[in-house]
Amino acid sequence: MGFYVVQFLTGLASAASLFLVASGLTIIFGVTRVVNFAHGSFYMLGAFIAYSLVKTLPLGPTGFWVGVVLAALAVGVIGVVMEVTILRRIYQAPELFQLVATFGVVMVAKDAALLFWGPEDRLGPRAPGLNKAIELFGSRVPEYDLVVIALGFVVLGLLWLLFNRTRWGAVVRAATQDREMLSALGINQKLLFTAVFFLGSVLAGLGGALQLPRASVSHQMDLSIIATVFVVVVLGGMGSIPGAFLAAVIISELSAFGILIFPKITLVLMFLVMVVVLVARPFGILGKPVPDVGEPVQSDETLTRLPSALGWAGYVAVVALLLAIPMLLSEFYLVLWTQVFIFALFAASLHFIMGGGGMVSFGHAAYFGLGGYGCAMLLVRAGLPMEATLLLAPVVAAAGAALFGYFCVRLSGVYMAMLSLAFAQIVWSVVFQWSDVTGGEDGVNRVWPSPWAKDRVVFYYLTLTLAAVGIFTLWRLLFAPFGYTLRAGRDSPMRAESIGIDIRFHRWLAFIISGAAAGVAGSLLALAKGFVGPTWVDIPRSIDALMMVLIGGVQTLVGPILGALTFVILEDRLSAFDYWRSAFGLIIILICVLMPKGIVGSGRALIGRLGLGGGGER
Amino acid sequence: MGPAREAGVKVRREDYMSQSKRLVGMVAASAIMIGAAGAALAADPIKIGEINSYTALADFTQPYRKGWQMAVNEINAKGGVIGRPLEVIARDDAGKPENAVSIAEELVTKDKVDILAGTYFSHIGVAVTNFSKEKKKLFIATEPMSDDITWAQGHNYTFRLRASTHIQSAMLAEEAAKTKAKRWAIVSPNYKFGQDAVAAFKRVLKEKRPDVEFVVEQWPALGKIDAGATVQALAQAKPDGIFNALFSRDLTAFVREADLRGLLTKDLVVAGLLTGEPEYLEPLGAEAPQGWIVTGYPWYAITDPKHKKFIDDYQAKYKETPKMGSLIGYVSIQAIAAMIQKAGSVDQDKLIVAMKGLTFDSVAGPVTFRDIDHQSTLGAWVGKTAVKDGKPIMVDWRYTQGPQYSIPDEEIKKLRGKE
Repeated sequence: MGFYVVQFLTGLASAASLFLVASGLTIIFGVTRVVNFAHGSFYMLGAFIAYSLVKTLPLGPTGFWVGVVLAALAVGVIGVVMEVTILRRIYQAPELFQLVATFGVVMVAKDAALLFWGPEDRLGPRAPGLNKAIELFGSRVPEYDLVVIALGFVVLGLLWLLFNRTRWGAVVRAATQDREMLSALGINQKLLFTAVFFLGSVLAGLGGALQLPRASVSHQMDLSIIATVFVVVVLGGMGSIPGAFLAAVIISELSAFGILIFPKITLVLMFLVMVVVLVARPFGILGKPVPDVGEPVQSDETLTRLPSALGWAGYVAVVALLLAIPMLLSEFYLVLWTQVFIFALFAASLHFIMGGGGMVSFGHAAYFGLGGYGCAMLLVRAGLPMEATLLLAPVVAAAGAALFGYFCVRLSGVYMAMLSLAFAQIVWSVVFQWSDVTGGEDGVNRVWPSPWAKDRVVFYYLTLTLAAVGIFTLWRLLFAPFGYTLRAGRDSPMRAESIGIDIRFHRWLAFIISGAAAGVAGSLLALAKGFVGPTWVDIPRSIDALMMVLIGGVQTLVGPILGALTFVILEDRLSAFDYWRSAFGLIIILICVLMPKGIVGSGRALIGRLGLGGGGER
Repeated sequence: MGPAREAGVKVRREDYMSQSKRLVGMVAASAIMIGAAGAALAADPIKIGEINSYTALADFTQPYRKGWQMAVNEINAKGGVIGRPLEVIARDDAGKPENAVSIAEELVTKDKVDILAGTYFSHIGVAVTNFSKEKKKLFIATEPMSDDITWAQGHNYTFRLRASTHIQSAMLAEEAAKTKAKRWAIVSPNYKFGQDAVAAFKRVLKEKRPDVEFVVEQWPALGKIDAGATVQALAQAKPDGIFNALFSRDLTAFVREADLRGLLTKDLVVAGLLTGEPEYLEPLGAEAPQGWIVTGYPWYAITDPKHKKFIDDYQAKYKETPKMGSLIGYVSIQAIAAMIQKAGSVDQDKLIVAMKGLTFDSVAGPVTFRDIDHQSTLGAWVGKTAVKDGKPIMVDWRYTQGPQYSIPDEEIKKLRGKE
């Protein structure tokens, strides 16, 4: 009995730290609708800054707490800087641009931490005066854990008071419900958003700083916390502070007790709970549907066909050039271009549902990964030939898309995006923790192509063929009656339904087709590398696809292809330099701020403005 | 994505030009040496593609980098190997096997390296050794310890320097068998390295002490331990021995919680794989656990003149104390140089023939790459942890070479198959 009480307290201590971070994210989302990936980076920076302050402040024992508070405030300032310099410029852009921009900030923050603190882990001191444990039912509970639990409750109480008993809180609550009304009443929204970012970032920084006595400060803290924090925020209901608290407790206790029964699958449990809750209550445990600020990918333009100006001659030239690459370039560029084709297909598959159906998937890596793992398992474990696995892998991915998509297409906007992320994380946690079958963290090795396709030139042509067939099929579908039906459902759901279109069914079908195409891409990458690992399914891979689509331009067909090309080439060119990741992040941010229609869209707009041609057919 | 974006900032080329500049500056004082260096510079460098987790596990890999840099500088100052200087192209895999494979491909197709080397994490080592087998490119696995690299997935193109998980776990099991502990708990990161280490420890301990039982196992994900809950779960089983294969940030979090929550009682026997390595022990400072049976690197107590010279030179050059990584990095380059010297060329087949059974004089004594499994005989230091003047150290240690802790040759042959 005593043991279970202590284990419960241990879970509660984790819950309290998790809540601090998650409450910050949920406040920011509730008001600004920004899905802030940089929140994890703020948590990491909070820990690093606190480490430095606690080490250097000449204040003795009080230095620890002063350092923690100052670190949290410093992170708040960093949050404000991000909001003012980047996000303020793109609140009007589709929501996804804000998400991608914050992912650019993640890259910059990572490099900044490397620059200032070096790559090594840092172990901070224990909290002065709290470096012991107290006896409880024969087990010991660290004093520091009890303080953190208390802090969790104090912050929960203070936030409740702030939002329910102050005028500022009332304004913030009004902002979450009706922004337009609020601005009509003369409230300065700019200032409000900035203040909310400050508060949210302070909480992230505080959460990070309080980790100091528990574990080493490391550069892996950012992405390792963000996935869990998303779970908590979505589970609790986006924008709901009590919801975040409840969800943090559920997730942490699940982990604390899950570890006793299923020590190897604690992560699977977490995401499983998330999916079950979201399927039953799409808006989270205590969440209410938040009015969409507009469809996340909607813009004033609609999908355009390929520019007719290019003509058949143009396409023949492009195809001829691609076919000639093996004769023109060295072996390494074959490898690089093979990757370009794979990611072009992946990006096109995401674009198919985003551009065509207005559906956003934050978790498209799920189908990429199912294809990759499907291929690897069939080839290595079942011993099928490569040709068969290339046919079956997309079937595996499509099956996954059919299952997950069934639930996803019922939602729209950011809720759909978050549910798709939850499903992707389920796939990730299963491949990550089901070691006996998937190889877990180690992945699956020896996923090599059949002997005839091993040669890099042959594999180049194989990839080119499959990617081209895949991309052209998707394009063709978008301008077939199916594609127009899909767009009718996107632009005018009520009218579409009233003329007898089953929107949900069409969206579901699109989801499955898209999943299959992503599966082909995933299996090709597995064969190209001879390996499959959890990185096939992790969050950065999903974001990669989003970035490629957005860089290229959502409302164009060639956009995703050019996005993938830009992405792969940029990465290859930049990686020769130190701190190149921050350069990459900055470019992403700049594209978001300066070219909200992507390269192709903005290029076309520029051409249109200069009066140089028709700008493609609507 | 490709090698690149994840690969972090330390994607750095050990540029041949900048090295030669440094080299020229260094030897300018010595008229005799200029001739030698000039000759070396005239020849094409021998390229070594070095893949490592320079940002994901900097505690080990940064000293490792310094170790090999030192060896490369020394060798090039003497005119290189077979009249050609060594050039190391170092790339960061950010701790992800996918990146490592991409980098390996790039090193082979773009940089045209003669040899692949490195990798820290076992699962990355396994991914790269499979690449090396497929593309028939020599790979010197310098750090990864998984038994698979030399046994179940062993092949002609890969050799491994560092003592394997089986060797080091067997050393610990031998010491653990001498204690009274009967009820054993396991805590280990859930990936290749941990799985192999635990299997080896269990096997050897059971052989020596059939009366022991394993009462609880905790397998936190690498780098993601929920330390408080894990410690409680172990404590609940009331073990009298713990085999701990955690390292780096998992280890520090575990030790803090274990200490706070009273898991580490006086009578508890703890066998800690790698815990004695300075890169993992030193960050714990005075909080370091005492009396653990560990493998590690007690450089402060080494008296062998040759080894001592390496330790002194390293400290003079870098103004910091050596770590296990420093030694492995240095010896890696010694091994590669000896191999090329013996082969007389960088032809892959000749290198493999030369490497099989190659014996060279490392700073840690003579080392042989065994013909049977391509594992080097470089041993490990096994001892106990202690805290002296607020600093954690290893005491009562001994150095033992690897082979006597290996498994029977017949079994190795069966595992390696036809290869």
